[in-house]
Amino acid sequence: MATYILKRFLQLIPVFLGATLLVYFLVFSLPGDPIAALFGDKPVNEAVAAKLRVQYHLDQPFFMQYLLYLKSIFTFDLGQDFSGRPIAAVLAEVFPVTARLAVMALIFEAVFGIVFGLIAGLRKGRFFDATVLVASLVVISIPIFVLGFLLQFTIGVQLGWAKPTVSSAATVQDLILPAIVLGLASFAYVLRLTRTSVLENMNADYVRTASAKGLSRFRVVRVHILRNSLIPVITFLGADLGTLMGGAIVTEGIFNVPGVGNRLYRAVLTGEGPTVVSIVTVLVLIYCLSNLLVDLLYAWLDPRIRYDA
Amino acid sequence: MNTSVEILEAGYDAERPLLEIQDLAISFATSNGEVQAVRNAHLTIMPGETVAIVGESGSGKSTTALAAIGLLPGNGRVSAGRILFDGEDISNAGEKRMIELRGNSIGMVPQDPMSNLNPVWKIGFQVRETLKANGLPSGPGDVAKVLSEAGLPDAARRAKQYPHEFSGGMRQRALIAIGLSCQPRLLIADEPTSALDVTVQRQILDHLDKMTSELGTAVLLITHDLGLAAERADKVVVMYRGQVVESGPSLELLQNPRHPYTQRLVASAPSLASRRIQVAKELGVESDELLAPGEDVVVEPALPEEVLQIENLSKVFKLRSGFGRSTDFTAVDDVSFGVRRGTTTAIVGESGSGKSTVAQMVLNLLAPTSGKIIFDGVDTSTLNTKQIFAFRRRVQPIFQDPYGSLDPMYNIFRTIEEPLRTHRIGDKASREKKVRELLDQVALPQSAMQRYPNELSGGQRQRVAIARALALDPEVIICDEAVSALDVLVQAQVLNLLAELQSRLGLTYLFITHDLAVVRQIADHVCVMEKGKLVETGSTDDVFDSPQRDYTKALLNAIPGARLMLPPEVA
Repeated sequence: MATYILKRFLQLIPVFLGATLLVYFLVFSLPGDPIAALFGDKPVNEAVAAKLRVQYHLDQPFFMQYLLYLKSIFTFDLGQDFSGRPIAAVLAEVFPVTARLAVMALIFEAVFGIVFGLIAGLRKGRFFDATVLVASLVVISIPIFVLGFLLQFTIGVQLGWAKPTVSSAATVQDLILPAIVLGLASFAYVLRLTRTSVLENMNADYVRTASAKGLSRFRVVRVHILRNSLIPVITFLGADLGTLMGGAIVTEGIFNVPGVGNRLYRAVLTGEGPTVVSIVTVLVLIYCLSNLLVDLLYAWLDPRIRYDA
Repeated sequence: MNTSVEILEAGYDAERPLLEIQDLAISFATSNGEVQAVRNAHLTIMPGETVAIVGESGSGKSTTALAAIGLLPGNGRVSAGRILFDGEDISNAGEKRMIELRGNSIGMVPQDPMSNLNPVWKIGFQVRETLKANGLPSGPGDVAKVLSEAGLPDAARRAKQYPHEFSGGMRQRALIAIGLSCQPRLLIADEPTSALDVTVQRQILDHLDKMTSELGTAVLLITHDLGLAAERADKVVVMYRGQVVESGPSLELLQNPRHPYTQRLVASAPSLASRRIQVAKELGVESDELLAPGEDVVVEPALPEEVLQIENLSKVFKLRSGFGRSTDFTAVDDVSFGVRRGTTTAIVGESGSGKSTVAQMVLNLLAPTSGKIIFDGVDTSTLNTKQIFAFRRRVQPIFQDPYGSLDPMYNIFRTIEEPLRTHRIGDKASREKKVRELLDQVALPQSAMQRYPNELSGGQRQRVAIARALALDPEVIICDEAVSALDVLVQAQVLNLLAELQSRLGLTYLFITHDLAVVRQIADHVCVMEKGKLVETGSTDDVFDSPQRDYTKALLNAIPGARLMLPPEVA
């Protein structure tokens, strides 16, 4: 097991190098001069621009820039963004906000998705099942920005049950509505996955055997149906954590959440190479780690799977 | 399990039946409306008695048993009749009452040990929850005791393992432990050993017998195997298409079957008493011999040439054990035998004996590690691509599972025509003519051509597989467990068909099977394999009448019903 985890960590190295190189190259090849953009409508002061180019290594060839960037990562000096703030400080500011949002969304989709999916599966073909199936289909088919604005307007503005926008502190209370919007699509998916999985397991031979042993219905459902049905669901949730961390750009935009998505979007627009690459690198690492977590969870949930080699 | 007498003496109320099923009807709600699965079923089990329900798949035997423990699938219901357990009608009892009864009054040992244990919980956990749910002490010691009573060695350690770490036989022991852990008065055993090798089957059934007679448990045994039912049960109930067609004391019913279905079942039950299907010999060389002059002189007929010679065949698989290391596993170890033209040679062995690996190597689907397979004088490993193509035309397989070996997207015509098209034989019209002939040969109606495999029964599908194998007029047919998945009656029909085709077309069969009773019916020669080695070979009669090796004797003894004496006319 330990060797397996070690191996997985070693695999992170090429993924890390490949991802940063690719992102760095993409940012490098963005059209337009980022330094010129900094001056906005004002005329470009050539002396200042040249100084800035040297400071951000923009005068160097691409590979040199990339290697200098790698060096800065390993010396834990990520440099500064174009407003002069250290990038490390920017990361430390935005990631906790997005992490809070992602975890809240994950809890929402896990709890409601599993509970609704289980009930729907156990009552297949009845009213509850039909209702949540249609509702989840609707949720899956509507784009997230439509849902976002809809909920922001009805619940946030008209009904006033939650704050329509997020303050700069981004407290848990502020984030309730964005978290629901962010988790909605996955919630519908978790619900359907749980339902299908429950339906499959309900007819398994060992469930019938469990009933034949004289176990109560509740215990049969909890111990033999639910536990087995959760294996694919938890695998999905683990992978989804990575997606939620990175994929919150639209939701963060709607609710003005001061998180990763917002900052990344701004950095891309202004062509701040180092900031973009730093954020994406952290996202890639989070994604890799959450995938490792999923694989370990999988082995823990299903004893037939063992990572010996 | 003749324990009813002892139970009587022990002072049980033997007057009142423990389980009484009266005019039971069970129906399933399907998209095509209500379907009757069981009609007018009736049976009676006295305390401590063993009663077997015999029938083929789909006869309603399992459905009847599930109704008795209230575990019909969601769309099934008891539509008429009564199920009396110790005098109480439980046919429509509430879920709460059934939960009270399950476990400590009515236990169950299910059919398939592979799918009936929850893969994510340890064996001990699954035993413990049974004890707990029925209010019995459930400490680690109690769990180990229950498991070791079911014949599981080293139970305390084994209880900490997961089902996938158990062999099929051990899992079945665990399931028997669970079924009997709360000492129920009635045990429903639904094909408890049909998924196991014969020798393991015998051990498990013996143990089950011993435990149930010690506990005075009545057993409702569900099986498709008449021999097994007669050997193990006091009474046999025969079900056919949802109805009880006959019931009575086991031996009486076996010796004097009255219903036509039971008669057919008895006649086709493969048991030791049956002989080689005689079609081949009647039409072949030996009938001429009988007419030959010099009655008392046994004329040795000239032995036909050996079409297939297997010489020192071995196959070693490399098992991965991580980090590029591997361990060798010898699946087939120095096996040599020959197959004469126009005869049937059977390879017998339990699962894991390497018999199917031999078949795959003979079919040239798997390269041997060492040794030679000589087909018609040519070493098959020296063939080039073109020659292999020609070789395939002469050697054809029939596989075990007629559900898996036919492409569900191909209709029957296309399935049988495909080999002809692949080998570019004839034009469209002549191929269609050939397919029609083949269907005639395997006794399928020509109307079947436009149908798809899922519209055919198991026996019909296996006929299609045979027709496909015959399409290229092969000389040798490798049958890998070709009849194992079929019900006895269908099995008998298919074996008869194979024997008839052999005599008509002069086919050579290499028959791979775990079922010695089938061997007795079809084979001229037998090769017995154990753990990759050939342990005994000889003519079928020699091997069956005087087996030399202990392993062969154990295999023979393990055939259900082997020890029963049947009158020769029904056997």
